[in-house]
Amino acid sequence: MANNIEVGEIKYTPKDFASDQDVRWCPGCGDYAILAQVQRTFPKIPGIKRENIVWVSGIGCSSRFPYYMNTYGFHSIHGRAPAIATGIKLTRPDLQVWVATGDGDLLSIGGNHFIHACRKNVDIKIMLFNNRIYALTKGQYSPTSERGKITKTTPYGSVDYPFNAISLALGANATFVARSIDRDAKHLQAMILRAAQHKGTAFLEIYQNCNIFNDGAFRLLTDKETKEDHVLYLEHGKPMIFGKNKDKGIALNGLEPIVIDLNDGKHSIDDVLVHDENDDSLIRAFILSHLTDHPDFPTPVGVFRQLFQPTYDESVNQQVKEVTEKLGKGDLEKMLFSGNTWTVSDN
Amino acid sequence: MGNGKETEVKQIREVTVRFAGDSGDGMQLTGTQFSDTTASVGNDLSTLPDYPAEIRAPAGTLYGVSGFQLHFSSNDIFTPGDKPDVLVAMNPAALKKNLPDLKPGAMIIVNTDSFDKKNLALAGFESNPLEDGTLSGFEVYDVPITTLTFNALEDVDLSTKDKARSKNFFALGLMYWLFERPLDTTLNWLREKFKNKPELIEANEKALRAGYNFGDITERFTTRYKIEPAKLPAGTYRNISGNEATAWGFIAASVRSGLPLFLGSYPITPASEILQFLSKYKNFNVRTFQAEDEIAGITSAIGAAFAGNLAITTTSGPGLALKTEAIGLAVMTELPLVIVDVQRGGPSTGLPTKTEQADLLQALYGRNGEAPVGVVAAATPSDCFHMAIEASRLALEFMTPVILLSDGYLANGSEPWKIPHVDELPEIKVKFLTEPEGFKPYARDENLVRPWVKPGTPNMEHRIGGLEKANITGNVSYDPENHHQMVTIRAQKVKNMQKVIPDLEVDGDKEGDLLVLGWGSTYGAIKEGVERARRKGYKVSQAHLKYLNPFPKNTGEVLSKFKRILLPEVNMGQLAKVLKSEFLHHGIIQFNLVRGLPFRSTEIEEKIIELLGGGNNGQ
Ligand code: SF4
Repeated sequence: MANNIEVGEIKYTPKDFASDQDVRWCPGCGDYAILAQVQRTFPKIPGIKRENIVWVSGIGCSSRFPYYMNTYGFHSIHGRAPAIATGIKLTRPDLQVWVATGDGDLLSIGGNHFIHACRKNVDIKIMLFNNRIYALTKGQYSPTSERGKITKTTPYGSVDYPFNAISLALGANATFVARSIDRDAKHLQAMILRAAQHKGTAFLEIYQNCNIFNDGAFRLLTDKETKEDHVLYLEHGKPMIFGKNKDKGIALNGLEPIVIDLNDGKHSIDDVLVHDENDDSLIRAFILSHLTDHPDFPTPVGVFRQLFQPTYDESVNQQVKEVTEKLGKGDLEKMLFSGNTWTVSDN
Repeated sequence: MGNGKETEVKQIREVTVRFAGDSGDGMQLTGTQFSDTTASVGNDLSTLPDYPAEIRAPAGTLYGVSGFQLHFSSNDIFTPGDKPDVLVAMNPAALKKNLPDLKPGAMIIVNTDSFDKKNLALAGFESNPLEDGTLSGFEVYDVPITTLTFNALEDVDLSTKDKARSKNFFALGLMYWLFERPLDTTLNWLREKFKNKPELIEANEKALRAGYNFGDITERFTTRYKIEPAKLPAGTYRNISGNEATAWGFIAASVRSGLPLFLGSYPITPASEILQFLSKYKNFNVRTFQAEDEIAGITSAIGAAFAGNLAITTTSGPGLALKTEAIGLAVMTELPLVIVDVQRGGPSTGLPTKTEQADLLQALYGRNGEAPVGVVAAATPSDCFHMAIEASRLALEFMTPVILLSDGYLANGSEPWKIPHVDELPEIKVKFLTEPEGFKPYARDENLVRPWVKPGTPNMEHRIGGLEKANITGNVSYDPENHHQMVTIRAQKVKNMQKVIPDLEVDGDKEGDLLVLGWGSTYGAIKEGVERARRKGYKVSQAHLKYLNPFPKNTGEVLSKFKRILLPEVNMGQLAKVLKSEFLHHGIIQFNLVRGLPFRSTEIEEKIIELLGGGNNGQ
């Protein structure tokens, strides 16, 4: 444990964020990469103080995350991390509260807490480790598993339609919605830093490979030969181009997204859609989210949307402040004896 | 007197009045106003609202009848009264529904204007009970309340519909006249309530005065009743309901512990009022969170507890069931948390607006694994204040969840309460550890309590969670011996609360043939029943358990001094089951009535007499 003395801004190293616990994920699990990128990124968060960080998690492989971070941590029960995080943030706005969660934890048993945290814009950062499988319970299909998937509970193939986590977060009005991939260290670090600096509910979906129960789920997006044609990096103010030769672009035909070929002599870079993270309207972000898993489109990663709105915790505490200013600090004795009272005297 | 007619004033000791009408008739308001006025003239009183689960059931129907009963007296009283002496019935359905409950010869005041064909049919009367002799044996006053209200409001600028709304104030005014109550408490309330609607102040005031004057002018009433102020101990009093007292108790606990208060809650009958009350008191450093569901209600509170607050969650039985897993998490993480269960009739949705004591076993045992928590129960509406403080004190000082049991009867009932001064309230000792030297998250003090460290404290970063912990270090541990030790420690820690809770007291002889033992809201009925039996010469003692886990340390000894223990419960014998297994007492006699209603004191009295053989128990 590094001995940090509080003088001005503290300089941390990634090691300062590693706890003394042995990390116990399967060798090769994508969770290691995520942990490493978080520990590498945290020292870069402006003004960060280790004691002011709280990690909250639910149940699942990903939810072991808090044990490995040398910050305050709470490994709770299945699905409830966003609600616990809300209670912490509401009462302690000085803390930075992170949630580590998985696709079963957040989108199945914890779905209600997730959408309501987004809706209220509670200032918490939710990091979804999406491996599209129930891993800790040893391989049942999850709410993000693709249709037709054969797992222990779907021996004849799953007939469920999966959730698109980004669309769901957008639909619930999350003010920061982003996606990254465990294998893309640089991009993942950038997204973690962006989430850390967002005020309000920050939702970061991370495609995470479970090499034991769902190996290769994101192969197209991570293999050298395929990734450039299958990943679209969203960058604010930049045209949406992709492909090995950067010669394909996303355009809109009305509300219909299309892929255009920049070498076909008919289209130019000016026809390509320019990404605007801060677009108030949900429509474009929603269209982009639906390119996910589409056979004809690349899967977008990056920040889909970022809005700047008062946060829930801020508003709650503001109200406490205003009411206190208006009515004065509560006086218990006065309160007890206020209103309709009467006195019985000795006789 | 207005008409020169002599009205006799009769002095009586106590009376039970019930107001009944459609759920849209404002009977709860009328009852509350009558209670506040009655309290302010110094009578002891106890109230019981009884309203349907539907907010506005179809007008005129039996299931749409809303009632409010109050019992007031110049003596100490403990229950809202068994059978009403006076019924105010605003429509035929209200009459029909309440008639069977009345004392023989009771006074009935009816609003004749509502006794038309349609309403009679809706109430299921084949002929008009005012004319067909149904009410012979009662002292009936038929008053055209609606018409008289309209007459009084002739020159008020309101629609007919709005004017009709004032008829409950006419009825209230008439009752004020009948029982010699002043109008000013209600007038002050009206002026405050309708500050911005002067026409409503005018209308309701006119209706109230018209009702009062009607009593004076009409020659129908020959008697008015006077109930002298009760001889209550000196002090300043207010009327308080159980839910209000619970909310205030937590504010007091927050002040006495120096911690900010956090309530995470999801609306549920009959507990929602606590959330409503507390959301008003933001200037007491109170934060309320209306969560997306019951589970988020408790888990947000667990988060707030981890963050260093006095954290509470409020609910009723169905909600407690949903919170079960999270309570286990608070047991495992050893965080302070108060869970309030305002019990209602169950199982499932059951009887949401009725009272019951059937969540005791759920509170004691309803969790997976060995998960003991503190359990306390309030005995009267005002006792909710003290037990909310006690629940907070135990949770904070022992770092563990504590369940506070209230119920629908306590929550909505009210009684005069001698207001305590803040410095008389228990102090709650809370210490946050800030010294990193040698810090271990699950180190323990002499009571086996672990330290509380607030996030934000430098160099004490640590992790807690629902997995079993190694004692002292708090690291995850699957070690078999450690698990057994931790299960034992958690149980012993709760048991250690015995060191700081008061002994069980006995009212009456400390040993003998019969002890009537109760818990929760049966207190009033038992107290009244026991006193009545004593007045008839029976020797019987009473004790009331407010701490249900752990029991006060002298409980076994108290019980062993009595041959028989009568145990009335509004459930099928839940405390009886626990006491039998814990203390092996063979003389426990269960008395169980599960009707969604509190016990009547006469039922207790009769049971005592039956047990003591009908004769004087001197022998
Ligand atoms: S089961 Fe899968 S997700 Fe879980 S630790 Fe192993 S590889 Fe990672």
